[in-house]
Amino acid sequence: MDASPNTAMSKPSTRRRGATAEEMSLQQREISVSEFFAKNRHLLGFDNARKSLLTAVKEAVDNALDACEEAGVLPDIRVELLQRSESRFKVTVRDNGPGIVRHQIENIFGRLLYGSKFHRLKMSRGQQGIGISAAGMYGLMTTGQPVLIISKTHRKKPAVEVLLKMDTSKNRADVVSETEHPEDDGLFADGHGTQVAIEMEGKYQQGRQSVDEYLDQTAIANPHAHITFITPSNETIEYKRGTNELPPEAKEILPHPKGIELGTLIQMIERTERSQVGGFLQEEFSRISPSVSKEICLKAGITPRTWVKNVGHAEAEGIYRAIQEAKIMAPATDCLVPIGTKALLSGLLKEVKAEFFTACTRPADVYRGNPFLIEVGLAFGGELPKDELIRVIRFANRVPLLYQQSACASFKAVLETAWRNYGISQSRASLPEGPIVVMIHMASVWVPFTSESKEAIADYDEIRKEMKLALQEVGRKLGIYLRRRQRMKHEGERRSIFERYLGEISQATEAITGTSAKRIYDSLLKVAKRKTEEADAVLDDEGKRVKDADPLGKDASVIILPARAIRANRADAPEETVSPGDSKRAAPGLFGDHEAAVKPKTPRRKG
Amino acid sequence: MARKPTTTTASVRQETLGKIAALGTTVAKAALAESDPFVDVPTRTISNTTYNETRRLLQMGDATLRRNLFNTGQARKFMQMVLLSKGCKDLLEAQKTLSLRGMYYKSLHTIAGTNEKTFDDQEESDGILEDIEVSLATLRENLHLFAKKRGTMVGNITVVDKGDSIDCRRMGTGGYAIPSICEPSVVQFAKCDAKFVLHVEKDTVWSRFNEDRFWETHNCILTEGSGQPPRGVRRLLYRLNKELGLPVICLLDCDPWGHYIYSVIKQGSINLAFESERMAIPDARYLGIRSADFERCGLSDDVKISLNDRDIERAKQIAEYPWFAKKKPWQKEISQMLRNGFKMEVESLITKDISYVTETYVPERLKAKDWID
Repeated sequence: MDASPNTAMSKPSTRRRGATAEEMSLQQREISVSEFFAKNRHLLGFDNARKSLLTAVKEAVDNALDACEEAGVLPDIRVELLQRSESRFKVTVRDNGPGIVRHQIENIFGRLLYGSKFHRLKMSRGQQGIGISAAGMYGLMTTGQPVLIISKTHRKKPAVEVLLKMDTSKNRADVVSETEHPEDDGLFADGHGTQVAIEMEGKYQQGRQSVDEYLDQTAIANPHAHITFITPSNETIEYKRGTNELPPEAKEILPHPKGIELGTLIQMIERTERSQVGGFLQEEFSRISPSVSKEICLKAGITPRTWVKNVGHAEAEGIYRAIQEAKIMAPATDCLVPIGTKALLSGLLKEVKAEFFTACTRPADVYRGNPFLIEVGLAFGGELPKDELIRVIRFANRVPLLYQQSACASFKAVLETAWRNYGISQSRASLPEGPIVVMIHMASVWVPFTSESKEAIADYDEIRKEMKLALQEVGRKLGIYLRRRQRMKHEGERRSIFERYLGEISQATEAITGTSAKRIYDSLLKVAKRKTEEADAVLDDEGKRVKDADPLGKDASVIILPARAIRANRADAPEETVSPGDSKRAAPGLFGDHEAAVKPKTPRRKG
Repeated sequence: MARKPTTTTASVRQETLGKIAALGTTVAKAALAESDPFVDVPTRTISNTTYNETRRLLQMGDATLRRNLFNTGQARKFMQMVLLSKGCKDLLEAQKTLSLRGMYYKSLHTIAGTNEKTFDDQEESDGILEDIEVSLATLRENLHLFAKKRGTMVGNITVVDKGDSIDCRRMGTGGYAIPSICEPSVVQFAKCDAKFVLHVEKDTVWSRFNEDRFWETHNCILTEGSGQPPRGVRRLLYRLNKELGLPVICLLDCDPWGHYIYSVIKQGSINLAFESERMAIPDARYLGIRSADFERCGLSDDVKISLNDRDIERAKQIAEYPWFAKKKPWQKEISQMLRNGFKMEVESLITKDISYVTETYVPERLKAKDWID
């Protein structure tokens, strides 16, 4: 220790300076993932009370939807928020999925980074295996209460109820208690399903970035799901199905060689069970035929028959470089399941009170070797607010993204689209203005999020380009509609000018010629209607489609509602009609409804 | 010369009613055929007006403008046309006459189910009535319509107006108000000693001449047309010229408007070119005021009225009319006025002496036959 000005410093500091490697090694130990995320829970979306509540619901619902779809069951999901105290909630989510076999319950709900989705390339909502266990961990940390899981795998088998308590230091869960329900507990109407209940600190507030908004948007992107939401004030909000067709199951694919990084390649080489390089390339990657495999090997200075165990770092690097140079087919895209134009429209129609709807599904493309596709839906007019910036709602594999809009590739794509070409006003470097909701969906085997909390899609050029193309397509259709609407208005005015004078003309003509004024009037009226046919496109439109003469009429990707149908459309199911005093109300729309809806204050139910 | 006192004859009336019925039938037929009804209206613009050099009068060309019901710009006019045609039919059947203003009121009402009136003002109705007149190739008189009375006459003549004998020598200070309809069926000429007609632009000048008994001392007829003479005055002048062989001499202001009044009297108006044949007096003469009179008569600077831009533009237009273009005296007259840079009214002669115009100016010019054609 020399005599430096630092001698004046506090003792602990001085002591640390003098620590030996041996002493330091005592402090150095493995950090479990759960410990890491418990400290950095904001990375997973648990940074404040309001967002934590939303994240917990979101993780549970995403898992439920994934489970139902994988089992081929039309999802029927019930979300309940029970307010225990000012800042304490019990979140319960129940699905009609296949249930979870007993021995996996601890793993799925009690370990971080444990899941079926990380190690394979398949389109699904969850991908890392963090979400639901993180929610349980957050609940345990804020309330000390364990997570309650009830699972029933078969009608004839009893449901099991397990109370789990996480041990963050070991990234494991301890079973607190375990009971068997009687076979006919009536909890799962379909005879199978899972229910998870988490007690946690939270804050319930409606509006933007709320549980309500998440469910609204989930209903748009998942019109095949039936969701029941019981709010903390004991209202029941129902999101009805827009379609009874389950989306087709997504296929799992092997990684594409172009999307692999050197480190990953080396890891794969270390782990493979193949003995020769040719077999390794052909079996563990997609799109590598024997001839392509040979080409890669020769370029890397080895042969397909080279033993994998002889491949060192230099050879791996050679293979990597050869892959980049080789001509390899783009990955198969049948692994992607788009929502589809029809379902997109049905989702929007169900949840947004607008007059014009259009949607478009782009063909699949590839970024970093991962296939993806972009879909865009657009709703215009109706009861959407006119003088505000348009609303962009974002989805990744059907999951709504509520946070970090401006960091998202989709947001940038909207900004870069020239909306003025379609008759929408837009200031420089800002969202366009008008009564519009734009919905952007990215479907991919691997969605590149900017963070673990899955809030924004990373800005890859390929992704943004596809988004812009899709936006342009729906924008063009909107432009056609707006121009036509303008023309219809004009024609309507023309007709009223003609009709105004027909009475006078026919009466005077009768006085001159003796021909019946009524006959003249009726004939002239026919001519007036014919001359202003354009205006009839609306007048005659009782149904949803406009006349065939209209360019948009034949387009299945467009729905136009006559003004009076917009309101009726939302309350089309008679049994759902809201009656006073009933605690049920129709699912709220994305706009205006939160203020407008009657919210009966009925006494809290049991619990 | 004298004719029976009637309004239009029964045959003219039947003919006119037939024309209205034909118009109505065209509309009814087009309507029942579910097509777009239309009326072809001859255009009343300079482009559709030609100057007939042999007959020395303006004639309307063949150009027509199709007025469709199913055209947003024409629908209202079309309606008004049918409506006023019906009004004229009522009038003819009742064998009565109405003023233009009367017809406007007869057809004025709010269109059922709107708050729009059939006409905004009388001007709108008057224009449509002229359209009907030309479309049916008939005359306002035959539709039993007349305009507001304008114009006065005194002089050595006795006329019979709907049976009443009127001695124009005994009209006091007011004179005989020239009726709007001066057809032979309404006005006939009885005893006439006058040798010519002096037509002055307006009432104030006419009063000067009447007070000085000019018509008596010079044995003539004295008329005025309150500016641009209405059809009644023009028709009467025409008949005095044609039927009694009286030359018509005009005393008008020295400005483009005076020149155009002369032009209308002489070869007809552009707007009513279809009536030129029964109104234009190709032999009419222009006595004054002439642009040279300022110096000739030694007038003071006070009478000068500067030409404004509109005057200059109008003067140039008039000089280019085909019926003026080939007349050197007129080209000289107009260019001198433009050179002078000012115009003069007839009243400017009063600055010389109260009766200078009646006692010196006009008699001297008449004697010298100093007029332009």
